[in-house]
Amino acid sequence: MSTEAAQVHEEDHGHHHKETFVTKYIFSQDHKMISKQYLITGLFMGIIGIAMSLLFRLQLAWPEQPFGIFEVLLGKWAPDGVMDPNVYLALVTIHGTIMVFFVLTAGLSGTFSNLLIPLQIGARDMASGLLNMISYWMFFVSSVVMVISLFVEAGPAAAGWTIYPPLSALPQAQPGSGTGMTLWLVSMAIFIASSLLGSLNYIVTVINLRTKGMSMTRLPLTIWAFFVTAIIGVVSFPVLLSAALLLIMDRSFGTSFFLSDIFIQGEVLHYQGGSPVLYEHLFWFLGHPEVYIVLLPALGITSEIIATNARKPIFGYRAMVASILAIAFLSTIVWGHHMFISGMNPFLGSVFTFTTLLIAIPSAVKAFNYITTLWKGNLQLNPAMLFSIGLVSTFITGGLTGIILGDSTLDINVHDTYFVVAHFHLVMGISALYGLFAGVYHWFPKMFGRMMNKNLGYLHFWVTAVCAYGVFFPMHFIGMAGLPRRYYTNTAFPYFDDLADINVLITVFALVAGAAQLVFLYNFIHSMFYGKEAEMNPWKSNTLEWTAPVEHMHGNWPGEIPHVHRWAYDYSKPGFEEDFIPQHIPLKDGEEELQH
Amino acid sequence: MNVLLIFSVLVLIAIALWQITKIFELSQEKKVSTQVANDKDNDLNGKLMFAFLIFIYVLTLYSFWAYSDVLLPEAASEHGGDYDQLMWISFALIFFVQTVTQALLHYFSYKYRGEKGKKALFYADNDKLEMIWTIIPVITLAGLILYGLYTWTDIMTVEENDEALVVELYAQQFNWKARYAGNDGVLGDANVRFLQDFDGKNLVGIDATDPNGFDDVVVQELHLPLGREVIFKMRSQDVLHSAYMPHFRAQMNCVPGMITEFAFTPKTTTEEMRLNPEMIAKVKKINKIRSEKSKELVASGDTALDPYEFDYLLLCNKICGASHYNMQMKIIVESEKEYEKWIAEQQTFAEVIQ
Repeated sequence: MSTEAAQVHEEDHGHHHKETFVTKYIFSQDHKMISKQYLITGLFMGIIGIAMSLLFRLQLAWPEQPFGIFEVLLGKWAPDGVMDPNVYLALVTIHGTIMVFFVLTAGLSGTFSNLLIPLQIGARDMASGLLNMISYWMFFVSSVVMVISLFVEAGPAAAGWTIYPPLSALPQAQPGSGTGMTLWLVSMAIFIASSLLGSLNYIVTVINLRTKGMSMTRLPLTIWAFFVTAIIGVVSFPVLLSAALLLIMDRSFGTSFFLSDIFIQGEVLHYQGGSPVLYEHLFWFLGHPEVYIVLLPALGITSEIIATNARKPIFGYRAMVASILAIAFLSTIVWGHHMFISGMNPFLGSVFTFTTLLIAIPSAVKAFNYITTLWKGNLQLNPAMLFSIGLVSTFITGGLTGIILGDSTLDINVHDTYFVVAHFHLVMGISALYGLFAGVYHWFPKMFGRMMNKNLGYLHFWVTAVCAYGVFFPMHFIGMAGLPRRYYTNTAFPYFDDLADINVLITVFALVAGAAQLVFLYNFIHSMFYGKEAEMNPWKSNTLEWTAPVEHMHGNWPGEIPHVHRWAYDYSKPGFEEDFIPQHIPLKDGEEELQH
Repeated sequence: MNVLLIFSVLVLIAIALWQITKIFELSQEKKVSTQVANDKDNDLNGKLMFAFLIFIYVLTLYSFWAYSDVLLPEAASEHGGDYDQLMWISFALIFFVQTVTQALLHYFSYKYRGEKGKKALFYADNDKLEMIWTIIPVITLAGLILYGLYTWTDIMTVEENDEALVVELYAQQFNWKARYAGNDGVLGDANVRFLQDFDGKNLVGIDATDPNGFDDVVVQELHLPLGREVIFKMRSQDVLHSAYMPHFRAQMNCVPGMITEFAFTPKTTTEEMRLNPEMIAKVKKINKIRSEKSKELVASGDTALDPYEFDYLLLCNKICGASHYNMQMKIIVESEKEYEKWIAEQQTFAEVIQ
């Protein structure tokens, strides 16, 4: 932004002091407020999503046993307190949808892209505040529609979060494929529109509104991650929208994009010539990049938090940027590894195996670089740092089993078993969730002007960390025993009777983990009002957001926007007394900037 | 009773957590904390990081020790041996990388826990190091990819031949049927349009105008002769299903509107598998669990569970509706002679529709 433009903005901003409650807290165009709105909506959806997982974990540990809580929460869907199989599938479906899209896409990316992009690149706000506001409110509406779908007569969508047709297309196939599925599709269509508006805004803002001196090679890794994530979103989300639209056509207007030769409930249907495999291609063209839409922001947050708290430069900045770009590129050409046994040509399977295993290379580089960043650091083990280290741990554990699932041969026998459930929960679910928590603990002072309680943070982390492994590690074994996922119970197969104990163990860990999240929730809400008031730069961090005043204001900085003179990772640089040098501090005489 | 116990434990844990939070809160108010980690926090959490490393190791070892008996037994198909070998090579690699990287991550977190006055090493780049840890994964993965693709092509190349037995697996909500090609070795044409012909006796929709279909045999139990290649042709009449035969390392989706394929050669009969010492131990364990459960059931007035005997399984492994969890078919692998005897006893399509 030129100085002249900045000044115009400055004056402009002076006139805006009188804000009504509605423009400040509800239809706000300020990125900081929108970020908080995203976070709180995301957390609310997260509570629903996690609570659902606890309900179906109860059913899996003690199959077909009556529970009072089922009667209370599920009502007629749990006759005599015993969960109905259709409801089980609905819970699994909505849990997946909510966690992947509403919590880990909108809740994570929406919150931190909005908060940090303007603040870390030195901009007064997003490129378009209006679009940003519309983006949030569309997300809000899609959340409301998704929640409403939980209350329709026949139950919400229940075809799995991937909603493969024909199951999702035919109301005859299961009760959830009626109104519940319609609402699911409507909600997701709105969600995608919201996500696109958000992403375009992020991309434009990063490209155009960087402050003086903030070259691309001086961008903090958080911004690189958000920027590339937005690009992946823009490339792949429209394809999911097209899949959703075609599915709506098949469902409501009798077209045959995904359907052919179907006989159901004693009736031959008219559909001819479509293919469910086409849907799978369209779905996974988003579905796989979606993993990285969820994960990259978490990794970006981790990079920032690990460097700050290790009081060391992030190791291999260029390699980190290169691996983000490599992951982004590869992520768009690996979707077929979800379809090795879908009936597509095995030769395609070979190609996708090749591209999929390539992703392990940039991922390995990232993991090694994180570990090296810790080496000889002066680690400040704040809760955010613990969650970041925890993220690297689950990212490695979960990522490694990807070598098995990405190999078409090995996928044959573990495809759609609990092995997959264990893999993706660790590598993207838990890792991204840790990223979200790390971000909240780290930027809470920036968002709410107060500090979160660290001891509750420690408690939250350690209980969660133990339980996350306790839940998902044993699942690998259940999967390798051959147990398919999305089974209401495994009691129909005496062969699996010896898995009962493991299932109980997993559920106990899951319940404790769920309880630990209450500690977080309490800490979050309590600190918002009663937390210790934050200093301007509590973590002694280098990035620009910590040069802005604690008290939020339109335009972020009272005076001129700070100029940038160095990269974001000058921690513990020799020749300086302090162990950090914020980006806006000019180079000393004779000081060399690292060449990137 | 168990449930009640576990629940009371959970409630107690929840209360304990609540109390701990309260204690923390109370202790906070006295001394005003900055809420930024100090040396004491760093020390404690650094040590916990090390403890966590031990936790991961113990959990891993314990799981392998305690759960190894739930894993699938040796493969019962010819390609299954190659599959298992590739699996264990991959596992060895994963196990090694996991052990080393987790150790470094958590050990560094412990070793370099912060102290006031200490300064970190300014160490931003090392091209050589980064080259090394880019190239090592490249080489390792190249090996794995080549090995994997070689095996994949081997498994997935299905060539029609006279020796092979052609069997159609037919999926519908929520059961399986199998169709054998009969003496001519050719499956008759079929389509869902024909399902309602012959008062619903045409179970898989065989086209009655195609002479190849008359000697086809439709059954509800899959019998496979030992040592002969079986080429499966999968169909579905309603939604997606997946024919999963874990003991044979075999799986393929059943897609309405198209025919998918998978082939394998069974190499262990059901009888032989039942006599496998691993399997004997597993069945014994399962029957112990079942008899204990039966006692509870009988006490509450229900009927006892049948004792379990091992059989190969065909499971549905693609979400397909309410009874997805119970969509199964028994597979019996037997000698060629037993198989011939069994198939001769079955009714052909021509006999069924007469």
